[in-house]
Amino acid sequence: MTGLSAMMCCAAMVLVSLAAGQAAMAQSSGLTLPSSIAAGSAFSIQTSGSGAGTLYIVGPGQVIKRDVQGGGAAFISAGSLHNAGQYLVILTGNGPSETQALTVTPAAQPAALSFLAKPSRLPVGLSDGITGAVYVFDAYQNLITAPEPVNFELSSPAQPEQTRTVITRNGAAWTEMNSTAHQGNDKFVARIGSVTSMRVVEQVPGDPCGLQMTASPAGSEVKLATAPVRDCSGNAVPDGTVVTFTEAYGNSQSTVDVPIKRGIAAVEMPAHPGALISVASGVVMGNQIRWER
Amino acid sequence: MAQPRLIFGVLLSAAVSAGAGMAAGQAGVGAGQATVRVEPAHLSGPRALAEQTEQAAIRDYLESWQTMCAALEQNQPGLLNADFTGTAKDKLSETIHEQEAAGIDTRYEARAHDLQIVFYSPEGLSIELIDNVDYDVQVFDQGKSVSTEPVHARYIVLLTPAEVRWRVRVLQAE
Repeated sequence: MTGLSAMMCCAAMVLVSLAAGQAAMAQSSGLTLPSSIAAGSAFSIQTSGSGAGTLYIVGPGQVIKRDVQGGGAAFISAGSLHNAGQYLVILTGNGPSETQALTVTPAAQPAALSFLAKPSRLPVGLSDGITGAVYVFDAYQNLITAPEPVNFELSSPAQPEQTRTVITRNGAAWTEMNSTAHQGNDKFVARIGSVTSMRVVEQVPGDPCGLQMTASPAGSEVKLATAPVRDCSGNAVPDGTVVTFTEAYGNSQSTVDVPIKRGIAAVEMPAHPGALISVASGVVMGNQIRWER
Repeated sequence: MAQPRLIFGVLLSAAVSAGAGMAAGQAGVGAGQATVRVEPAHLSGPRALAEQTEQAAIRDYLESWQTMCAALEQNQPGLLNADFTGTAKDKLSETIHEQEAAGIDTRYEARAHDLQIVFYSPEGLSIELIDNVDYDVQVFDQGKSVSTEPVHARYIVLLTPAEVRWRVRVLQAE
């Protein structure tokens, strides 16, 4: 066997082995090629006829142009044609041009997730308050449209993990999660196989709950102070949250806004016998006290 | 039950908003004009899609298609900037550079778009639509036509909002 014939033999073996691993072969009088390949796969295009020609693979996603010899094969190496889409394979030469369609499908293996999670900060205890949407891509940034199971996990240090498994549809999957009862930074993870994408969702205390104040005399004034201000899940409402004290007596009314400091809000107001004193924070009402001294 | 809307026109952006109520079979299609059919949205997500949002997304997508055709015909990747972003822009720009290097330009002429929005993500930051599109592809090498072929393809399109419009982030046929 001469060196040249040995090379041709090896080339033929490569073509046979490539063809065996691919789907249906499309054939026109001048072109033989798979009708579909996975993105980035190696494949070959067999031509017929004789003489020099030009092979084009054309689509919006990619363009490849090769000089070919009629009757020979064009070998498209792994990674060369990697953008999913519809392509025309065109052979021009001495005779009329030949054209075949070629579909490049996304690679089967997910490699990246585009994960949209909202909001990044929300109060504790909200049902379906957190949403996540995922798009699944292969290593060539093709959207994998075949159904794939995506696991969504929301974990916090103090609570059991919430998990959902959602099958993608047209490459997309979405879910809703409850915010937990405890403030802190929770990890919101989308996972498909070994590919993960994480977002941090900050859960902050909700509105004050069970707002209570006490009153005590302080000379000519009355000293008002709340108990430690907490939300309905027992999380401390952050310092700076405004608490409003209102004192009504006769036809007059005094209002003082006080930020919470070290967990409580405190203020001194004029002591008017018979005054009705109330406390509130935002739309949350606390208790009322009638000052009789 | 909502019916598909059939829209004709060269100025597709105007046609989408102005022709939303056109009945099927109305008007003729002149040379170079694409038929645009908009199927009722079939959403898999929890977020409702306002009619204005749907119209804007479709209008912007159809404009993007025209921009893509112009960019591929003129080999000018800069034309993509207003309508494409992310992966779609990168891939189309890469194609244009490949065309330039090979002395090729391509003319894509849509004959019909059949559109349906299938996903509006819960946070409102992405819209996915399907376009069953019929188009002709003409390939030129050094200015000489080497092939003209009709193509039917199902495109999956992912749109994301920019400052004043929806931009195409993924444009992928299957």
